[in-house]
Amino acid sequence: MSTSGAAGILISDLGPAVSSPVPPAVSYEAVIGLEVHVQIRTRSKIFTRVAAGYGHEPNTLTDPVVLALPGALPVMNRAALDAIIKAGLLLGCEIAPVCKWDRKNYFYPDSPKNYQISQFDAPVCRGGTVEIELPGSARNVMGEHKRIPLTRIHLEEDVGKLNHGAAESLVDYNRAGTPLMEIVSDPALHSGDEAYAYLTSLRATMIQGGISDCDMEKGQLRCDANISLRPAGSTTLGTKVELKNLNSISFVRDGIEHEIRRQRAILERGGRISQETRDYDGMSGTSQSLRSKEEAHDYRYFPDPDLMPVVIDAAWCERLRAECPELPFDRQRRFLADHQLPYTQTSVLVWDQPLADYFEAAVRLGAAPQAAGNWIINDLRRELAAAGSTPAECRLSPAHLVALLRLVDSGVLLNAAAKEVFVEMFATGDSAEVIADRRGLRAAPTDTAELDGWCRDAIAGNPKAAAEFRSGKDSALNALKGPVMKAAKGKANPKAVDETLRRLLAAV
Amino acid sequence: MNSSELDLDALARLARLALTPEEKATFQRQLADLLQHIERLSQVDVTGVEPSAHAHPLQNVWQEDEPQPGLPPAEALRNAPARRDQMIAVPKVVE
Amino acid sequence: MTTSTTPLYYLSLAEAAAALSSGRISSAELTDAVIARAEAVEPQLHALLSADPAAARAQAQASDARRAAGKSLGPLDGIPIGLKDVIAVRDQPLTAGSRMLANFISPYDATVTRRLREAGAVLYGRHNCDEFAMGSSTENSAFHPTGNPWDLERVPGGSSGGSAAALAAGEALATLGSDTGGSIRQPAALCGVVGLKPTYGRVSRYGLVAYASSLDQIGPFGRTVEDVALVLQAIAGHDERDSTSLRAKTEDFGAELRGPAIPRRLGLPREYFGEGLDPEVAAAVEQAVSYYRGLGCEVRPVSLPHTPYCLDTYYVLATAEASSNLSRYDGIRYGHRCAEPRDLNDLYSRSRAEGFGAEVKRRIILGTYVLSSGYYDAYYLRAQKVRTLVRRDFLQAFADVDALLTPTSPIPAFRRGEKADPLAMYLCDIYTIGANLAGLPAMSVPCGFTRAGLPVGFQLLGQPLGEAQLLALGHAYDREHQWGRRHPNL
Repeated sequence: MSTSGAAGILISDLGPAVSSPVPPAVSYEAVIGLEVHVQIRTRSKIFTRVAAGYGHEPNTLTDPVVLALPGALPVMNRAALDAIIKAGLLLGCEIAPVCKWDRKNYFYPDSPKNYQISQFDAPVCRGGTVEIELPGSARNVMGEHKRIPLTRIHLEEDVGKLNHGAAESLVDYNRAGTPLMEIVSDPALHSGDEAYAYLTSLRATMIQGGISDCDMEKGQLRCDANISLRPAGSTTLGTKVELKNLNSISFVRDGIEHEIRRQRAILERGGRISQETRDYDGMSGTSQSLRSKEEAHDYRYFPDPDLMPVVIDAAWCERLRAECPELPFDRQRRFLADHQLPYTQTSVLVWDQPLADYFEAAVRLGAAPQAAGNWIINDLRRELAAAGSTPAECRLSPAHLVALLRLVDSGVLLNAAAKEVFVEMFATGDSAEVIADRRGLRAAPTDTAELDGWCRDAIAGNPKAAAEFRSGKDSALNALKGPVMKAAKGKANPKAVDETLRRLLAAV
Repeated sequence: MNSSELDLDALARLARLALTPEEKATFQRQLADLLQHIERLSQVDVTGVEPSAHAHPLQNVWQEDEPQPGLPPAEALRNAPARRDQMIAVPKVVE
Repeated sequence: MTTSTTPLYYLSLAEAAAALSSGRISSAELTDAVIARAEAVEPQLHALLSADPAAARAQAQASDARRAAGKSLGPLDGIPIGLKDVIAVRDQPLTAGSRMLANFISPYDATVTRRLREAGAVLYGRHNCDEFAMGSSTENSAFHPTGNPWDLERVPGGSSGGSAAALAAGEALATLGSDTGGSIRQPAALCGVVGLKPTYGRVSRYGLVAYASSLDQIGPFGRTVEDVALVLQAIAGHDERDSTSLRAKTEDFGAELRGPAIPRRLGLPREYFGEGLDPEVAAAVEQAVSYYRGLGCEVRPVSLPHTPYCLDTYYVLATAEASSNLSRYDGIRYGHRCAEPRDLNDLYSRSRAEGFGAEVKRRIILGTYVLSSGYYDAYYLRAQKVRTLVRRDFLQAFADVDALLTPTSPIPAFRRGEKADPLAMYLCDIYTIGANLAGLPAMSVPCGFTRAGLPVGFQLLGQPLGEAQLLALGHAYDREHQWGRRHPNL
């Protein structure tokens, strides 16, 4: 079986339908394993010291090692090892006390040595899990959490980039030798949504751990999916299909769902799944079988004689553990428990480490968590998005926000005024006090005689409300506040208005 | 193991070597002799012996993550048989 | 041995250094003499693949200017030294004796090249060798065979045959070769010069075209043990560009030679004196043994029981590593590319078929086989375990003796074309392979001539990083006999 049509159903697949029809009542369970490649953010390449980078002129980030010139030799970059150990610690993996490097031999023009330095049977990390959250019943309801077990994580070198022209392909080796982690999950996912949740969580963990920027457009995170179906309740795995070129997290979800539908349709017709690699086109939502390889791969792995084993001791791990941030979902749980933030707010902060850091800084400076949460999730995020900026670059510091909250809290700034002050603080970096003064936004008329006058007028003009209040109906006071505010042209301090009205009503 | 197990065509494909029929015939015979000689390794008792991948047991040999200048593109490509747009040209690759 | 009439190109490196130092000669004169000699003998000898006389003369002038300014860089300053054509020199050809790299120009210097430059050496001559250092006769060069200076019809040994022959013929005052299974020591013995394979990791491999990475080591050829010590001094030392490079304490190999003590306990491995050893070679080596006895050394037989398996272990490990190391020669980024490839695989397969010679292809196929699925454990993994046993044999022997003494090659130089069968050729290396498998330093020292006038050498093997002891031991014999100072009739 070599190739198949675009629909991907081999004629021969349909053969067994006649002899052993499958009852249509069978329901199938999808079993999915993901292989995720994450580029590690280092300054230099994994086995030589020329700079690593993206978006440079072709072949400007090379040296004798990258180009595999005769005589060139690899030497490991320690930062790449630090990064994978950190990733392993974050994901709860077992860190191997000893790991080594192997050569994976195959010919391809993007691979300058025609072998890739990788780790075959002694990866740095084994086991571990990625915690995921599935979609909840509504946007403001937390979904089910699961832990997806990992098989292993190993280090290897990235290959160069092929640019395909009409008659020839052109090779740029800038990417070759960029440190790469391959994170392999167990076949333990069951839907496109789970895969989506897995990648979202993994990506956030890698970004928040400072391991990678995980920009899929730049190829910093790449995902292949192995998908098979089996009758529900069965424990043996069906024939798997490898899905490639899933170049966004949404495409991973869509591609997997598409593949599940495709396989189910074949099985329900009594067909058989052929083991193959398929290419998913996210734009058209279709997949196509890739030309099958001329022969089975025989990578002839063997230990790289040019590189020495790595011994990872407890001290090394502990040093890196101290650099590990709190995991996204752990932080979310803390925000829910300690700060009583609404779930919807925490579900924003969980994926946005800089914003969550900003929130925590404001709370540390004395902000009421819920008020701070509102301002940050609604106002700050809006302004940042409009400015295309980040919390770190923002002129409105957590201290600025805390000062603003104090003015609001003490009644100096009314809500509408506070919003105005916020926007100007964001733009100028001036303090709330300075802006309130400059723009005349302070609420309180300091002249109590004037306020007393407005309040007396209001009581006199609304005898019914005054009587109701005196007879114990506290809410009747609101009917008196309106006229006061009107008289004050909106600049009266509501707290002072409240106090003055009560005092005058009690006195009469 | 014997020479009949030596699938020269498969090995030549793996190694990307186009061999002539004469070369194949010669190599088949010569490699059979060599393998017969090498076969003597199976006489050695290696029970419990650790394999040596290196002459000396070094470990943790690395460099710090500090970039150093590489090759200018003109130097990097000076030996390239075919290039275009500062890249190496190869026959169109079909994935 | 040396008289005032000794031509400049036949001076020992130490003599030349002294003459330069005293101002009796200039580097320009010395370099000119070497270039003229090379031009005279090359039509018969063919030891060189390329040479850049203009660059050499410019380096010689720079050396003379340094010396005049009182800024000499040491004993190698101004000395013409040649390199096997597997060692990268910036802006110079680097062919590895292969059609694959016939037009390759290295854009960078090997670490040893940089160190020679820093020592002031004048780099002259790139020496012929077996293609990708695979061979024992230099007949596997894609370009031409090299003659043995003592008998042009015979081979100079290999794979560093050009470097040994060039030195013996006066085309340099010292040369560098590489040794994976005997490729320095065997040609040294066959050409009548001294050749040292240092401890694996003593000299950086960065910039050495890899044959078998875990066995390859660069080392010097010299006319005397003292010359070899001076060159080793310049090229040895840790290199952060080579992960297998050792951090050894800094030694002064030249000074160690003049130390009062030499190692006293010599072992003769009985497996190295058996069947296949030419009687004339055996006799010459026996005389060297007698000399050491006369110096008061205690000579005792030892056993290295896994010796019979060294050759097989070597051919599994070396060809496996080579099959992978030589994958980079694919006609893509550099090297030979076939005309009008149909597609990518056609480009690979024909470029490599056209670029590589028979011996290289044979070893790539064998190496591919021993690594392939289903055979790895039986061949590669097993060979790695036997390698452990071979190393253990040596280390056990060194519990009782300070050094081992053996013949370097079982036979003297043979005629070109005499060993057409690969296995017969491989058997030339049976005494030299053990040191590579165990990573030990080993040196071939000339110890006489056969009745037919062909040089014979004996081999000394030392403990890891035991070069100083080894050189002192070799020097004790060499300074008395000076076989390497005899000159062929060329």
